[in-house]
Amino acid sequence: MTEPKLNAPGYEIPGDLEHAVSITTLDRLYNWGRRSSVWPMMFGLACCAIEMIAAQASRYDLARFGMEVMRPSPRQSDLMIVAGTVTKKMLPNIVRLYNQMPEPKYVVAMGACAAGGGPFKEGYNVVAGVDKFIPVDVYIPGCPPTPQALTAGLIKLQEKIDRQSIRNVRWYQKGADAVEIPVPVLGPDLMDPRRFAEIKQLAAQTAARQTGAPEAPAGEA
Amino acid sequence: MTTLDRTEALDLSALAPGSVTADPRPSYQGWIVHQTKLIEVATALRDQHGFDLLSSVTGVDYFPDSMEVVYHAYRTVGGPGLVFKVQLPRQDPMEVPSITPVWPGAEFQEREIWDLFGIRFAGHPDLRRILMWEGFEGHPLRKDWREPFYEEDCKPLKSRWPEGYYASAEDKTVYKDNLQFPANFDPEKAVFDGEASLYGALAKYTTVHAGLKTDHVVLNLGPQHPSTHGVFRAAVVLDGETIVGLKPVMGYLHRNHEKIGERNTFLQNMPYTDRLDYFNSMSSNWGYSLAVERLMGVQPPERAEYLRVIMAELSRIQNHLILIGMLLNDLGAYFTPALYAFEERELILDIFEAASGSRMMCNYHRFGGVARDLPDGVLEKIRGLVQERLPRKVDEFERLLTENEILVSRLRGVPVIDGEDAVRYSITGPVLRAAGVPYDVRRAQPYGIYDRFEFDVALRQHGDLYDNYLIRVDEIRQSLRILQQAVKQMPDGPIIAGKPQYQVRVPAGEAYGRIEAPKGELGYYVVSTGKPNPWRYHVRAPSFINITALEKMCVGQKIADFVAILGVIDIVLGELDR
Amino acid sequence: MYGKGILKGLSVTLKRFIDTYLDDIVWWGRRYFKPEGIAHRSSKNARGIFTVQYPEEKLPLPEEFRYVPFLVYDDAGDGGRQIRCTSCGICAKVCPPQCIWIVRTNDPKTGRPVPEPADFFIDADICMNCGFCAEYCPFDAIIMDHDYEIASYQRNVFNMQQLLKPASYYRNIRPLNYQRNEQERQAKMAAKAAKAEAAS
Repeated sequence: MTEPKLNAPGYEIPGDLEHAVSITTLDRLYNWGRRSSVWPMMFGLACCAIEMIAAQASRYDLARFGMEVMRPSPRQSDLMIVAGTVTKKMLPNIVRLYNQMPEPKYVVAMGACAAGGGPFKEGYNVVAGVDKFIPVDVYIPGCPPTPQALTAGLIKLQEKIDRQSIRNVRWYQKGADAVEIPVPVLGPDLMDPRRFAEIKQLAAQTAARQTGAPEAPAGEA
Repeated sequence: MTTLDRTEALDLSALAPGSVTADPRPSYQGWIVHQTKLIEVATALRDQHGFDLLSSVTGVDYFPDSMEVVYHAYRTVGGPGLVFKVQLPRQDPMEVPSITPVWPGAEFQEREIWDLFGIRFAGHPDLRRILMWEGFEGHPLRKDWREPFYEEDCKPLKSRWPEGYYASAEDKTVYKDNLQFPANFDPEKAVFDGEASLYGALAKYTTVHAGLKTDHVVLNLGPQHPSTHGVFRAAVVLDGETIVGLKPVMGYLHRNHEKIGERNTFLQNMPYTDRLDYFNSMSSNWGYSLAVERLMGVQPPERAEYLRVIMAELSRIQNHLILIGMLLNDLGAYFTPALYAFEERELILDIFEAASGSRMMCNYHRFGGVARDLPDGVLEKIRGLVQERLPRKVDEFERLLTENEILVSRLRGVPVIDGEDAVRYSITGPVLRAAGVPYDVRRAQPYGIYDRFEFDVALRQHGDLYDNYLIRVDEIRQSLRILQQAVKQMPDGPIIAGKPQYQVRVPAGEAYGRIEAPKGELGYYVVSTGKPNPWRYHVRAPSFINITALEKMCVGQKIADFVAILGVIDIVLGELDR
Repeated sequence: MYGKGILKGLSVTLKRFIDTYLDDIVWWGRRYFKPEGIAHRSSKNARGIFTVQYPEEKLPLPEEFRYVPFLVYDDAGDGGRQIRCTSCGICAKVCPPQCIWIVRTNDPKTGRPVPEPADFFIDADICMNCGFCAEYCPFDAIIMDHDYEIASYQRNVFNMQQLLKPASYYRNIRPLNYQRNEQERQAKMAAKAAKAEAAS
């Protein structure tokens, strides 16, 4: 386990008191508490979920990092590990779950599919990367990332948490605690409410282009 | 290795003279049935000729002339099967009589054909889209339907070499993303309620108690749920705690294997088969290589066949261990049996990693053999596991679980399905064998070298949840038996027939390669036109078809039993949704 | 007796609990943070605590392990790099999700292709780690890496500079493969030299 550097640099503590005394800052203490007890949400979509469960199992025990509690409910979790391919049919549920998570919340895109569409990027039902809809903190490439790779990614997340400061975090500022992402709608294709005007405009443009010759169909006999 | 033969004594044209003809295309087997006589021929096949198991129903788009619906039927007593097709001219609306009156197991498969091809089925009990959502525009597997990220009909793509400047696929589309909309579409004005048809189908369940009409609770289980089967959703109608109606909803992991499969070359499809049943990539690879090797007419060398058997049986053991662990998880024994199962699985995955390079996505099979030989020391490791550790650990597992009173009271006596219904609903695999029907593809139509090994087909009689649990332990023991023989008998020699090459020539024709995967009968229907990429690539997924009878299994049970029943059917979403 | 099954199961868990202490005692001092301890915990005799404590203890990877690919260069004497890749394009053609982009340029003087890629991109957010590129490369120029600690805070598209690694690294992670391919290359060069001599 990476030793959290609780001691603020510049203060020398005598050797025999090192396990008893620590001179630290509020930021460090706050972040140390948060990064040592991140509770992931049990959110496995596909094959990467199995490696996530294997990381939770006895060989690559995630409980050593404080992540032993895997809650299926978003209300009780801090971290959403998007493990697996994000499909258009599932996406409204993913965004809804993300909205239901209380602050502070983090997202780790585990695997090639969640990071950038993966090998299924060209599929008509696949969203090429979950970061098109929800903000991602750490990307872990691999197909699937081995449990050791996932653990390395989670350590990177812990390092990111270490760098945050109480002064700047969104949930302590004035205004809304969390940014609610509008839930996409499943129509003729996936519709993102933030892009409605753009979709309307582009659809009108394609209609104007198509009033010429109809598109030649593909296929070999 | 047996091939898919026309059953000798069976001349289907005698069943309905003039409406049934032998398929004239070279390297195609089977019969073409006119759709007016389809139900008659099917009933005769089932009742008079003993083809009681309908293995697969799928569609093929022979652009621009016709579309076909292809049926594969087998006898549960074993032997080669029968393939027959219905051909339709390719113009909307297309309609075929539904075969669900004869074989109810075709229900979901016909919905899938409607969803992806646009062929309607007259007389189908509930014809809605199944993998895509209601309201989706188009029928994706048609040859003239292009996905938004379409670049070329077949890989390799010209944009990658020699002028391969990196460009993200999003930048090449109109909507800067994987989207396409109808012309002049206005998202603000459109109203979509895709769930209306689902809840409409459920709304018919009400009860009348002494003149009082009682409403029921509609509960959605999933797609986000504590059990670890994946993103599967079941809309359940409850009367108190008893299930009155159930509609499974799937497609949350529909990753378009079949459309991507048509764009890939034959070899490029191999790593994609890993991701179907992602627990058992060694088995999923085998079914595909079986189908393509049948078309190519190649036979793997001896050592490769033994390696395939060893890897497939190890895969079966770890699958059943995980299944028992996850079933116990769902029942509430969090997380001990699962952890014990994961420990053994990790040791087996170490072997997969050493042999193929990856723990789960092994990509191990090639056409004509396997990709890599076992490195030094791995055979010793396999011996150690198979002869010493695993038998001991399975006994320990049984000591932990089998007589546990809580387990027994939760599982014993809860009926899943009985033998006759299971066959009618096209259920295959351990669920069928727990119901008393001894159908195992390794015995019914042996592939590879399975006819050389001495093993029993695990069988249980009662078909309840407890038998479904016990049969998995039986199957692990039988797999260990096969492994012990295989490890002793494996010869030295080459591991692939011919030179390894990435441009495979696959002659035109159709082939259906099926294996006994740990979850059931896994089949691959591959149609080739001689080009580098398949014309049609269909996966007969056991998880998808075993779920067809879910409503029948669960109605009348308690909601807590639903979780156990779903756990015991052993579904994996990668192959269910493809 | 009712409850016998539960007691049987509890005896199994008790035995495993006691094993965790027994195994620690038998392997005192050698069990943790030592390679032989890690090997013992991954063997058929493993009992007791099964955990391999990443990141202090890393499981040794087998040679065939494949993660994201990398390009190999040999040292060209004067400190320069001799990139093995000739931009033949086979890896780009055989890649199933088509995640490899290669730019091949022509020599302006002769008009023939330069046997070196002008640029080379791999989108690691598409790569499915299948290993086909390394399997079918005729020059052993692209190899599957063992490095799995490549998580980052942004998307991962690697260009040629990020992908190049020395042949000594290749030798370290895949000694048997390296040896076999070196032998093949020597044999090819010897055959070429023999042909040139016979011709002259």
